[in-house]
Amino acid sequence: MKYAAKKILMLLITMVIVSFLAFAAFELISGSAADTMLGTDGTPEQIAALEEKLGLNRPFFVRYFEWLGGFFTGDLGVSFRYRQPVAELLAPKILVTLCLSTLSFLLILCFSIPVGLLSARDSSGVKDGIWNGIIQLMMAVPPFFTGVLLTWVFSIVLHFYNHGQFPGLQNDFWGSVSYLIYPAVAIAVPRIAMTMRMFRSRIQNEMRSGYVPTAFSRGNDRKQVLRRHVLKNSLVPVVTFLAQTMAEILAASVVVEQVFAIPGLGRMLVSSIGDRDFPVVQALVVIIAFWVVLSGTLADIINQRIDPRLRLGGGAK
Amino acid sequence: MKKRITVAVLILTMLMGLLTGCGTKTEATESDAPAPVPAEKRANEISVGIANDLTESLNPLKSGYTAGTREVMFNVFEGLMKLSSDGSLYPAVAEKYEVSEDGLVYTFTIRDGIKYHNGETVTAQDVAYSVEQCMTPDESGAMVEPALTMIEKIETPDERTVVFTIAHPDGEFLNYLTVAVVPEDYTEQDTKPVGTGPFKFVSRSAQDSVVLEKFDQYWGEGAKLDKVTFKIIENADSMVLSLQSGAIDFCNHLPTIQAAQLSDDFNIAEGSMALVQALYLNNKVAPFDNELVRQALCYATDRKQIIDVAFDGYGSVVGSSVYPTLGKWYDESLNELYPYDVEKAKELLAQAGYGDGFNMTITVPSNYQQHVDTAQVLANQYKEIGVNVEIQPVEWATWVSEAYNGRNFQTTITGVDAHYPTARAMMERFISDQSNNFINYDNKDFDSLMAEAIGTSDEAQRTEFYIEAQRNLAQHAANVYIQAPADLVAVRKGLEGVNFYPIYALDLASLYWAE
Amino acid sequence: MKKRNWYLTLGFILTGIIASFIVMGFIWTPYDPNAIMAGPKFSPPSFEHIMGTDNFGRDIFSRVLQGAGSTALIALCTVLIGALIGIAVGALTGYFGGIVDEALMRFNDALTAFPSILVALVIVGVMGGGKYNVILALGIVFIPSFARVTRTAFASLRDVNYVKSVRLMGAKPARIICLHILPNTISVLLPAITIGFNNAVLAEASMSYLGIGIKPPDASLGYMLSEAQGMLSIAPWYAIWTGGVIVIMIFAVGLIGEGLQHCGRESM
Repeated sequence: MKYAAKKILMLLITMVIVSFLAFAAFELISGSAADTMLGTDGTPEQIAALEEKLGLNRPFFVRYFEWLGGFFTGDLGVSFRYRQPVAELLAPKILVTLCLSTLSFLLILCFSIPVGLLSARDSSGVKDGIWNGIIQLMMAVPPFFTGVLLTWVFSIVLHFYNHGQFPGLQNDFWGSVSYLIYPAVAIAVPRIAMTMRMFRSRIQNEMRSGYVPTAFSRGNDRKQVLRRHVLKNSLVPVVTFLAQTMAEILAASVVVEQVFAIPGLGRMLVSSIGDRDFPVVQALVVIIAFWVVLSGTLADIINQRIDPRLRLGGGAK
Repeated sequence: MKKRITVAVLILTMLMGLLTGCGTKTEATESDAPAPVPAEKRANEISVGIANDLTESLNPLKSGYTAGTREVMFNVFEGLMKLSSDGSLYPAVAEKYEVSEDGLVYTFTIRDGIKYHNGETVTAQDVAYSVEQCMTPDESGAMVEPALTMIEKIETPDERTVVFTIAHPDGEFLNYLTVAVVPEDYTEQDTKPVGTGPFKFVSRSAQDSVVLEKFDQYWGEGAKLDKVTFKIIENADSMVLSLQSGAIDFCNHLPTIQAAQLSDDFNIAEGSMALVQALYLNNKVAPFDNELVRQALCYATDRKQIIDVAFDGYGSVVGSSVYPTLGKWYDESLNELYPYDVEKAKELLAQAGYGDGFNMTITVPSNYQQHVDTAQVLANQYKEIGVNVEIQPVEWATWVSEAYNGRNFQTTITGVDAHYPTARAMMERFISDQSNNFINYDNKDFDSLMAEAIGTSDEAQRTEFYIEAQRNLAQHAANVYIQAPADLVAVRKGLEGVNFYPIYALDLASLYWAE
Repeated sequence: MKKRNWYLTLGFILTGIIASFIVMGFIWTPYDPNAIMAGPKFSPPSFEHIMGTDNFGRDIFSRVLQGAGSTALIALCTVLIGALIGIAVGALTGYFGGIVDEALMRFNDALTAFPSILVALVIVGVMGGGKYNVILALGIVFIPSFARVTRTAFASLRDVNYVKSVRLMGAKPARIICLHILPNTISVLLPAITIGFNNAVLAEASMSYLGIGIKPPDASLGYMLSEAQGMLSIAPWYAIWTGGVIVIMIFAVGLIGEGLQHCGRESM
């Protein structure tokens, strides 16, 4: 319980830091929501009036604490540009991004573990080299490029799906999922490689460790040794790693959503920054912070479960 | 070379495997994907791609409509008068009007029984209310149409008659009465706008779509389509792919690169954008405060090459701040004022004391690929005269606040447009003390020409003044004028009736599926 | 040591090829990379233009030569900054733990969640636009991921037996960190660097829209690739060439990393 309380506190602190940073950033960059809303039609008086209406002319700290107060009472404010409550505006986009992230996470899981296991057999020689080569190659492919290639092959050449025509989760759930497969693949490829690489080297290290010959000598065959001992020990760090990957998947989906024109958080983030619509940006930043902390916490919990020495705050004496 | 192929093959085989693994899911959508629609099954509706979402409030009586919003809502709202595609005005909400002999009193008769989308009947009070709202500052402190403040008095003698009395005669007054007429007692105009146009607003979903449906009780001929769905597709490439996949049938303002990628399923209609693209020069900043330098840049600009290279040959050269579709106000001869002549440009630069050239920065809003492209061609051309160009792409918000409103720039490429298809709307901003005179143009002759034009009631004389004024801009090389870009519209074959307007308007009522 | 380290060999060969092309790009390119209409628009690869031409009729091969140089420079510097600071922060917090660790990690999480576009915009706002500010912006963005990876690795190694025994022998923390723990975290850090390199190449492209990084008409591979995305159905080769060169570049770096690791393993 104490542990949970501590984690929640950490989460809140992170959110406050990041929201403050984002708020401060908006102070430093040029252009306000009023500028973008009025565009080239705005007179100085109009801009001033609109800024007053949006509350942009008040002192920095007043605005920040007001926002913070709203945030802690569950009020995220109203979007400048869409004049819609932020929570209402973002809910469907969160769902889309969550779906995309889950899909790519599943892909990573489904590919890296079995293929990693399979490839771990070839721990030396030419085959090992080929596996490592493939892994390096996969790691070298940027998700953006994979996205472009997939678009070209599957949308333009083969017409498997209609680029830019995301059906929307509410309208057509399975249609949306099958659209999301492509960006999910683009995100997953380098991470599958990273996970595979890690898993492989763990298994190979474990196979070299002391207890393995003993296990063999007891009459176990390779499969049994793998299943009973090696697998358990080498999966643990991989699972930790996967938990951390969750945060990175989100970051990658920001880029890939642009390529595939998916109305998710990433696109919303980019366009809201462009519009200087800071209630939306604040909310997004806080949501992403939540996600990052969550994945970090998951990794910590898994770590601690297996290895109590890693309790946070302990430190070396 | 070989490596590249291996990379591609590896990735592809891998992905193929992946996709067949998820076969069931993919199949499900393939069957209901709207592959090229067979003509006989076609519903009487279309989807239109638009690049930007509409403004947050759709209330036409509030300022801050973007050009894109105006285009869409052109179909929903109408004023007493309405613009036709040739730039002339015709009565819409009004049935007829009379102008007093001194040109000061305008009497409008409202169409009998004309209805709003919510079923209410249009009254004279609504008209008076709408016009009044447009000439009073709204909550943001701005007016929808400041020019309407010339009205001194609005009277409504009966339910169907509205009488406007204006302060001084103005031949362009009717233009301003194209402002929307909406019901006075209706409170949801921001989110569920109601007007009298051929289409009624049905719904919108932020950053996703806007739906309009045919208004059955329209006073006139009405829309031929039953339903129009606007899809917001910010990325121009996605726009093309959406067109090709059948997701949308119609899209205007298509960049030429994207238009060139369209297959035979589409017709490309070419109109002219109601704007003047130019290298706008900050006339207050050295060396652009020197007329010789400005003229040198004009001579060094090969406008034909810009249009050929960056716009695939679409677009028409302009020599001043008036674009060709403005008809009588447009002076074509100015296009030849500065023929492409590198030697002449060098000579002028030497005369101005910049014989060795200079460094300049072109600030471009990075969300407009066509301006960034133009900047690249210009940079290449100015190398010839020893002028070294640095292209500075900036975000739109930064551009608006720093360059446009802050006037903190050397040169910028943008397209300047107008709300009304008049020479005045295009040139008024260059009057020296105008708040939107972002280039800091300061020329006494120009100021007095504009003042005279605005104050003149004689039609022919006024036109003459405006032409003089646009010559002034060209002769003093206020800006390096480039072109009125082409407005390329991709239309799915079978869809007919595309109309172009000399302002930002997207007329959907005339569109129909030909069988 | 009898076995040849193929990773290193191949990695160095590829890097060598790329490096010599980059050097060549500085001295000579078949066409002026920024020359408009050096050939017809969108001509497919041919003898005159071995990688074809783009929408301005510019020679893609010349632009790739020039762009690879800027991309390599920006990506290397970015990863260097991100990795150096990130590893230092991660090593210290991971090794010592405690309240500093807590605080820095909170900040780290916050920075991870902070959108990189905002970082770039702030840098433009404070320092102005410019070619080299992109390195700073991206460097900052890349710190958190390195810090986190390093911290986890250090935290799991700080109490293993050999570290404990070194500590009992009186070694100073700095020595333990640099000589005893760091080399053992290489297997985690190297792929992180490869991926970081990979991200930097593309992040640079998105930054150029904001006015920092490469400015048009100058070329960088990331910028070219994002440009090519819009011309996929007209000129697919444009995307394939630029993307391909990016992949080969990162692949070469990755192979060298892999090779170094194998070297280390064999000598242990």
